[in-house]
Amino acid sequence: MRVGVFVCHCGRNIAGTLNIEKIKEEVAKHSGVVHVEDYIFMCSDPGQKLIRDRIKEKNLDAVVVSACSPSLHEKTFRNNAASVGLNPYKVEIANIREWASWPHEGKPEEATEKAIKIIKATVEKVKSNIPLEPLSVPVTRKVLVIGGGIAGIQASLDIANAGLEVYLVEKKPSIGGKMAQFSETFPTLDCPQCIETPKMTEVANHPNIHLYAYSEVVDVSGFVGNFKVKVKRKATYVDWNKCTGCSECAKVCPVKVSSEYDVGVSQRKAIYIMFPQAVPNKATIDPEHCLRLVYGKGCGLCAKTCPAGAINFEQKEKIEEIDVGAIIVATGFDVMDPSLLTEYGGGKYKDVISALQFERILAPSGPTGGKVVRPSDGKEPKTVVFVQCAGSRDPEHYMPYCSKVCCMYTAKQALLYKHAVPNGHAYVFYIDVRTDGKGYEEFYERVLREAEATYLRGKVAEIYKEDGKLKVLGVDTLTGKGVEINADLVVLATAAVPSEGIKELAKVLRIQTDEYGWLKEAHLKLRPLETATSGIFIAGAAQFIRDITDTVSHASGAAAKALSLLSRNRIEREPLVAEVNEEICSGCGNCVEACTYQAIKIDPETNIAKINTALCEGCGACQASCPSAAIQLTNSYKKQLFEMISILAKE
Amino acid sequence: MRVPYFPGCSLKDFADNFEKSAFASASVLGVELVELPEWYCCGVVAPLEEDELIRKVAPARNFLRTKELGGNKLVTLCSMCYNTLKLTNLYMKKNPDKLERINSFMDEEENYDGTVEVIHFLELLRDIVGFEKMREKVKKPLKGLKVAPYYGCLLLRPKEVAIDSLEKPTVMEDLLKSLGAEIVNSPLKKTCCGSYQVINNKEVASKLVYKIITAVTKRGGEAVVTSCPLCHYNLDSLQKDLSDKYPGYKEVPVFYFTQLMALAFGLEEEVLGLEKHEVNPLNLLKSKGLI
Repeated sequence: MRVGVFVCHCGRNIAGTLNIEKIKEEVAKHSGVVHVEDYIFMCSDPGQKLIRDRIKEKNLDAVVVSACSPSLHEKTFRNNAASVGLNPYKVEIANIREWASWPHEGKPEEATEKAIKIIKATVEKVKSNIPLEPLSVPVTRKVLVIGGGIAGIQASLDIANAGLEVYLVEKKPSIGGKMAQFSETFPTLDCPQCIETPKMTEVANHPNIHLYAYSEVVDVSGFVGNFKVKVKRKATYVDWNKCTGCSECAKVCPVKVSSEYDVGVSQRKAIYIMFPQAVPNKATIDPEHCLRLVYGKGCGLCAKTCPAGAINFEQKEKIEEIDVGAIIVATGFDVMDPSLLTEYGGGKYKDVISALQFERILAPSGPTGGKVVRPSDGKEPKTVVFVQCAGSRDPEHYMPYCSKVCCMYTAKQALLYKHAVPNGHAYVFYIDVRTDGKGYEEFYERVLREAEATYLRGKVAEIYKEDGKLKVLGVDTLTGKGVEINADLVVLATAAVPSEGIKELAKVLRIQTDEYGWLKEAHLKLRPLETATSGIFIAGAAQFIRDITDTVSHASGAAAKALSLLSRNRIEREPLVAEVNEEICSGCGNCVEACTYQAIKIDPETNIAKINTALCEGCGACQASCPSAAIQLTNSYKKQLFEMISILAKE
Repeated sequence: MRVPYFPGCSLKDFADNFEKSAFASASVLGVELVELPEWYCCGVVAPLEEDELIRKVAPARNFLRTKELGGNKLVTLCSMCYNTLKLTNLYMKKNPDKLERINSFMDEEENYDGTVEVIHFLELLRDIVGFEKMREKVKKPLKGLKVAPYYGCLLLRPKEVAIDSLEKPTVMEDLLKSLGAEIVNSPLKKTCCGSYQVINNKEVASKLVYKIITAVTKRGGEAVVTSCPLCHYNLDSLQKDLSDKYPGYKEVPVFYFTQLMALAFGLEEEVLGLEKHEVNPLNLLKSKGLI
């Protein structure tokens, strides 16, 4: 065995802490190592060339690159070696950055010792690695997009325009998402009715897009290129083939329900079309509030009125199965319920509202026709206080993160308010004003001039009602003084939070969420559009709150990822999968339980575990769960692991 | 039940009536507060300075005395003592290397191991005695007495030492309800009382007291109830000048919660020390038939 070890400095990241000369000296003594060499950036072009040259010159038959995490450059170095004829699975990464130089920055000697052990252990592993060929599987060249907001719309259109079929699944009766609820959008003040609804129509009419509104993904099996998806098409109790969207039904329906689309600012009927520009423009009956559906008899006014005879109280939900090769999750975000913010009187005072509710009040298409009135008494508010970071940047109470979009939409709302109520005055409490986008700072400057809003740098401590006004107690940290404002209306820029039900959906998809519920990307910097499960991508605010510009870019990125995956008829998969030693396996089924990918089954005839290599992600959970070491991961065999441990554990 | 008790300076001086009423009420509930045989100033804010370990020695000695009494819980009545001792104790628990150094300053003592838990008397009543049990001991319900609980800051902030929800605390409300009182909810129940500003910037404290008290009277409150001797001092003593400054200002008596407990338990009026109050509470209590 002729192993070559290549030690990367990663600039100062590794060489700033570790003693490279000492590492080279120690590693060179290890059995099987015939060549050791260092370089400042091994991943760079000259670095890779250096490795290729040495493989040829020194006739190496295995390589260890001592550098950063394998999640970053394992593929780079494997492809590099393969280009000169070395089997890529004879290349291993020894992670001496994340495991040694970074965490032990202050202890260079101990860190160097640790790095030497990590490299030697990796050399031991690579010596026993088996050369492998990638697995090749056929793919279904269709894409599932979950969520019909602007992200899902954009991703669907990009893919459909490239010629592939798309299934767009939206849980609400109409696509459009949050963007369709906004009044006007920063920094250009375009109304979403003008810029989003044409795209919604395009989706509805696109020959390559199957739109499943009022539907939910309930089960996903299979693997990259070959997913089997079950979609629940909820009962609308209206035959959408017959419904013309005339809304006569809603006019006669006697039941009023708080409108989700208007965030409680107005009411809808029990049979309703979400909003006039809804796509599809079809009526839906809310079974929780429809008298006929709740009591099983009576009412039926809508059925009597409908000119198309579309009402069908007997309609049942259906499960449809579809096959796709890739999935894009575009489930967006929600805003924190203002009633959680008790110190601001959220949920207690009618005139303390969320910014999303204020969007509906400002919207020309909204329930007040764009007339700015407050919810409690319908009067025009003369003093409005905007509270930014309500629930954001507040690790002690709520979310530690910045919700990113609030500074800009608050500025926009202050401007729209001034346009609607010229003799009104707006106060804005902020921690910092963050205007990090094209044209954003300029827009903010415009608001300061035009809206004549008073920006106060500080937090609001308490909001309560006194003498018919909302008393806002805050602090202006620039003057160091406490501030008291008697307001008519308070608008809370409540924190953006992951969308409702995302954790359950993530379970169905077998993808991860972070501690808050935002979808976890495979790598924050380098793979922000991918999940750790291959073939499943993220588009838009489901990964983290972002504005429309960024969402649309992100969604097009996800579409490109899906298109590139499905650009061929077959795809290659990592051959690092589990294997079963049939002689030892007793069929106990521990591994079946351990496997999150449902890749293992116990063969009922032989009572032996069987691996579906197409499903196996090579995570190793089965290996850890097997009491008799009958199931092992290719190139992570027990023998290899023990040899590694014995080096790492040496005093 | 015997529980080690740390008094601190206020409870031995201007606020000794709060201690008396607390001791008397506790014994009604079968709780004996056992004063540490030898105790040291809690240090007020000095022990919270992170880079001066020597200032944490006094709290550490208090915890050693607690353990000598055979307890692992130390009860305080003063919110300031609670806050200082609790934070210092948490610091020592979280930083074993620092605790080792603090121990090395006290070579004549046993080592402190970080196992004492500091609790406020309100927590003992809520979590160990229980307000339901308190209700059973009430002989003279505070019927018709409209009281506004006032928390101040030290029992609620920072979050790691908060005895209740930071923004919506209910412990005093629940306690006073169990005594039969009627609760008046003031939005300023957590607003700063002015604290030590009363010494060198009385004007600041005085303004705050005006706001806090008028927020209570506006909502029909007849009395304010505190859980901190310093809050009590400011809210009570600073009201005298307010009548001159603000015409029509209505004075409101301020109680410490243990005084109302003693009253409701039907104990001797002497333990309340009502004569120490600046704002005379006698008329109010007489009008409700409570004395």
